[in-house]
Amino acid sequence: MRPSLRTTLFLAPATAWLIAMLVLPLVVVVVFSFGERGAAGGYVPAFTFDNYFNLGARWAAFRNTLTLAPLGTVLCLLIAYPLAYFLAQKADPRWRTALLILVIVPFWTSILIRSYAWIQILGGNGLPRLIGELGFDRPRFINTPFAVMVGIVYGYLPLMVFPIYVALEKLDRRLLEASSDLGSPPWRTFLQVTLPLSLAGVATGSMLVFILLMGEFLIPQLLGGGKVFFVGNALVDLFLQSRNWPFGAAMAATLVLVMLVTVSLYLRSLRRLSGGRDDVALM
Amino acid sequence: MVNQTIAELRNVTKRFGAVTAAEGLNLAIFQGEFLSFLGPSGCGKTTALRMLAGFEQASEGDVLIDGTVVNGVPPHQRPVNMVFQQYALFPHMNVARNVAYGLNQRRPRLARADIAAKVARALDMVRLSGFTDRRIWEMSGGQQQRVALARAIVNEPKILLLDEPMAALDKKLRHDMQIELKSLQRELGITFVLVTHDQEEALSMSDRVCIMHQGRIAQIGTPEELYDQPQNRYVADFIGRSNFIAARAVGRDGERLVAEGPGGLRFVARAAEKTAGEGTVTLSLRPEEIRVAPDGAAGEGHEMRVTHRIFLGEHVEYHLRSAALDHLIAVVPRSTDIAGGTPGVGVAVRVSWRDGAALALAED
Ligand SMILES: Nc1ncnc2c1ncn2[C@@H]1O[C@H](COP(=O)(O)OP(=O)(O)O)[C@@H](O)[C@H]1O
Ligand SMILES: [Mg+2]
Repeated sequence: MRPSLRTTLFLAPATAWLIAMLVLPLVVVVVFSFGERGAAGGYVPAFTFDNYFNLGARWAAFRNTLTLAPLGTVLCLLIAYPLAYFLAQKADPRWRTALLILVIVPFWTSILIRSYAWIQILGGNGLPRLIGELGFDRPRFINTPFAVMVGIVYGYLPLMVFPIYVALEKLDRRLLEASSDLGSPPWRTFLQVTLPLSLAGVATGSMLVFILLMGEFLIPQLLGGGKVFFVGNALVDLFLQSRNWPFGAAMAATLVLVMLVTVSLYLRSLRRLSGGRDDVALM
Repeated sequence: MVNQTIAELRNVTKRFGAVTAAEGLNLAIFQGEFLSFLGPSGCGKTTALRMLAGFEQASEGDVLIDGTVVNGVPPHQRPVNMVFQQYALFPHMNVARNVAYGLNQRRPRLARADIAAKVARALDMVRLSGFTDRRIWEMSGGQQQRVALARAIVNEPKILLLDEPMAALDKKLRHDMQIELKSLQRELGITFVLVTHDQEEALSMSDRVCIMHQGRIAQIGTPEELYDQPQNRYVADFIGRSNFIAARAVGRDGERLVAEGPGGLRFVARAAEKTAGEGTVTLSLRPEEIRVAPDGAAGEGHEMRVTHRIFLGEHVEYHLRSAALDHLIAVVPRSTDIAGGTPGVGVAVRVSWRDGAALALAED
């Protein structure tokens, strides 16, 4: 057997899987997005750009998604990095596994139930009441972007912690010793060695969280109470309630496009920071 | 030449929990010398080195560098640099940036041009001039080692610490590197402190060798001193090979100790300073100090029988046995190999040694 043929054969299942699971649905979405809504909803074949021209009507969903998803990613990163750093570098190795399990324990319960718990905490009888009883003005948390952000950070934190933890865990400690030996105080060693060598973990974690956040609809639904709407919520509405499939498809296609552009820009800038790898000029 | 002390260990002990890695180390390191810590794995060599670098702090005693007690001073504030066992080069930086790393940490900052010039000179010294922009993973093991060396010497440390720097290289490369390292040290005049478990490496490169045994210093001296005047059985056995013979001191002959071995064999032995004048002593007799002559030859000697004969090229090694001596090893240069044919296994020979060939060791 010629090598190229063999390679093709070996790759065939993966290729078939990719086509079935990724390319086909995407093609369907794109085709639908140029169609028209039938009288009773659903899809009628056509070729029109109207769905795209009408996207402005759902601008708020895009705006919320495109601000809260990056913001949520950044917040997750800011909290996850120190946590992962502590787990990988500082925590007693005997406790490390136990602590790591604690990070994933929340995943053992459905996000639905956990979000309801947050509704109780952030709702009128939760934190605001407590703050009120301490003599301050009672703040309003539930159904605000703040509540959505709390839910997002809470829900997505483990996805960020793990890749960063893995990167920091396999960081060779002798490199830190070498840096110290060469005259670098600890904080500069962090900036010049630890951080650049963990950027791969940061990239993976950010990608995971960002991509999943772009499609999020449950948390905004429950903690944003329909006031903080994501593209995901609009899609649920368009496909399941108003049954305007072509318009929903246009929204989905646009979301995919925006995601592709953002992610590739992000990866490119990270690569410049660490991948060309020379001038990790963080100093 | 006056030996100026650049670093000192005073009664230094290091414990890791229940493990005592180093105990009661007393040692002065001289300016410009090449000193090796030599000993088997686990004897505390690396621990001693890491206490000089500042990665470990002594549990007891004082570490001095350049006349100052540096107990508790972190590595980044010590005027020493280390070449790590697996090099520990920064994978996200190219060769030049690795070498410049230490210079870039100086405050106030050095001028860019100065850094570039120093880096170029250091790379030149380790014969890597053309490799500035190379990635670390594009370099061979030997080249990586040179980068590690350049990265350390570019800082002009008071002491260069090397932890088994050649352990990962193949034999041929290791030998070349030993020569190169030694000449680099002469050229720079920097004090080198090397950790190794390779006896040949330590003896061939060092001005002085510090032999370690179970966390303690067994003996410090020049390679010749260690070979000719080992102070205890451990050192006599570790450096080169030796026949050990239990004997009884019977008197003195000036500086020498007269001892009687098994079967009434007489030895006039050099005595290590600490050896008592009487009682039992252990004699160390190097294989090459033993003369082997055909049986029936003129002169005195002890009659023994050959049990093994090993041809070593330039030398022939005999394993000998007699009623008095169970097992004696003699190594005879081939040019002086026994006239009239070399004795084979089972042949009787006459064995002798000159006065002062044996060394009486202190009981340890
Ligand atoms: N960080 C450490 N924690 C616990 N034990 C250690 C540590 N470093 C060294 N040791 C122990 O101290 C002893 C000496 O180790 P080391 O100095 O590395 O020996 P060498 O370099 O001569 O092989 C060994 O028994 C080793 O297990
Ligand atoms: Mg060691």
